[in-house]
Amino acid sequence: MTDTLDCVFRREAGRCTATLIRVLGDIDLAEEAVAEAFLIAAEQWPKRGIPPNPGGWLTTTARNRAIDRLRRESTRVERYIAAHQMHTQDTNPDATPEREALDRFVDVVPDDQLRLMFLCCHPALAADSQVALTLRLLGGLETSEIATAFLLPEATIAQRLVRAKRKLRDNHAPYRVPGAAELPDRLHAVLASIYLIYTEGHTATAGPALSRGDLSTEAIRIGRILATLMPDEPEVVGLLALMLLSEARRSSRVDDHGSMVRLADQDRSRWNPSLIEEGHGLVQACLRRNQPGPFQIQAAIAAVHTDAPTAADTDWNQIVALYDQLQAIQPNPVVALNRAVAVGALDGPSAGLDALANVILEDYQPYHAARADLLTRAERIDEAIAAYDRAIELTANSAEGEFLSRQRQHALQLAATLTRNERERQPYKQHAQERGRPCP
Amino acid sequence: MPQYLLSVWHDEDYVVDFSTAEAQDRVAQVGAFNDELQRSGAWVFAAGLHPASSATVVRSAADGVSMTDGPYAETKEQMGGFWIIEAVDLDVALELAARGAAASGGPIEVRPLQG
Repeated sequence: MTDTLDCVFRREAGRCTATLIRVLGDIDLAEEAVAEAFLIAAEQWPKRGIPPNPGGWLTTTARNRAIDRLRRESTRVERYIAAHQMHTQDTNPDATPEREALDRFVDVVPDDQLRLMFLCCHPALAADSQVALTLRLLGGLETSEIATAFLLPEATIAQRLVRAKRKLRDNHAPYRVPGAAELPDRLHAVLASIYLIYTEGHTATAGPALSRGDLSTEAIRIGRILATLMPDEPEVVGLLALMLLSEARRSSRVDDHGSMVRLADQDRSRWNPSLIEEGHGLVQACLRRNQPGPFQIQAAIAAVHTDAPTAADTDWNQIVALYDQLQAIQPNPVVALNRAVAVGALDGPSAGLDALANVILEDYQPYHAARADLLTRAERIDEAIAAYDRAIELTANSAEGEFLSRQRQHALQLAATLTRNERERQPYKQHAQERGRPCP
Repeated sequence: MPQYLLSVWHDEDYVVDFSTAEAQDRVAQVGAFNDELQRSGAWVFAAGLHPASSATVVRSAADGVSMTDGPYAETKEQMGGFWIIEAVDLDVALELAARGAAASGGPIEVRPLQG
């Protein structure tokens, strides 16, 4: 029962909060009202059963609580009425203006969740505040849960949330879905924030475990809501597809000892076929629209990877072509780095290193890790070791650190083998030359 | 309606030589932006400031008043001018700030007024 309640709460919290913010015109009041409604539900539902429309029940209860409260604190009603420019003249003497106005306002509108998404990811907020606010208000996570997920003290997250909410209030940030002209920019901020939550869950930036599944699951859940609300935005669909296709491979990214496994070495039978199928379906739908964007192209790249039954079957030609396309619309060093890795797989390590020549990402661990791998394969071991050392120095995630140390060890073994071969070849070479025959 | 302070920031050593064509161009652009603010009703007040070196800081203490030469914060960037505007919400204020930044050529800090 408790589990079911938790599930219902988690699912309904965002929707309920979204509507109550519009009704009450204040984030804190909405959060309090929703929390109160959840308390009542936790008390009543185990006895009477979950109502047929739990979301509607919670929203109505929260609204009624809020109205009672607003009436008790009449100054707030006045402020509220003024804020919404409601009519105070009324022909029905029994009707109270605030009750009527609230009734009109309280219908659950799907747009409320969109409004909330755009509010949480307002460009006036820093990225880490956007992420915390999205998880708290839209995801319905407790402050302590967000803190645990990001391995930060609860007080840090609490302060971040308080500041963000205060900033939005003091600045009179509007509760609306941006108009067509601003939509691309504003939507990009929302997508970037959701993706940041996903990647933080996918590769934790610090700590022992490589994946913190809760955040990834949350990001996908929010991504699904957004895709339901904006089915005609190809980048929204593209982001969902990208997350699903990455998620499909998650269990194979770490071995039984918790160490990282490279894409090429992953056990593909452990990939999740239903997520792959869903992701491929979404990528296909995006391709048909023919309005490519960064998330759609990255999803398409993930689709090519998940299409290959073995690593050797990977269509690197297509992947390099997709990176070329991505680089054209979103030129940045990280894209160039990923492209260079693909070129290295297609045309060999020297070509990969050439593609990397103009990329400089001094403080970016994946840059040094990728360079180290290409250098090892190009048999430039001394440079490879230096690159591994720098990558290990930059990683805060112990699973990644272990993986890199193992790779560094392999590079050293390769160096030993190369030297040994060299030494063994040397006398033979001399011998061969003495006998006037060409070297093999 | 909410009001916002839009302040323009420049390097401390920022000196405008109004004889150059570039400065004249800026003046024209800021003038056009001011006209636009007045036409749309967003305009409350605006002014450009003399260089930060012209500032004096005055402090009141129990034993009297003290004065120090120069701006309050000795930072590399100083406020060069400001607008007070009226806007229905933050998004409108930010949109106006973007146009102000383009006209003035400096970054603009948007800050809501209390009340």
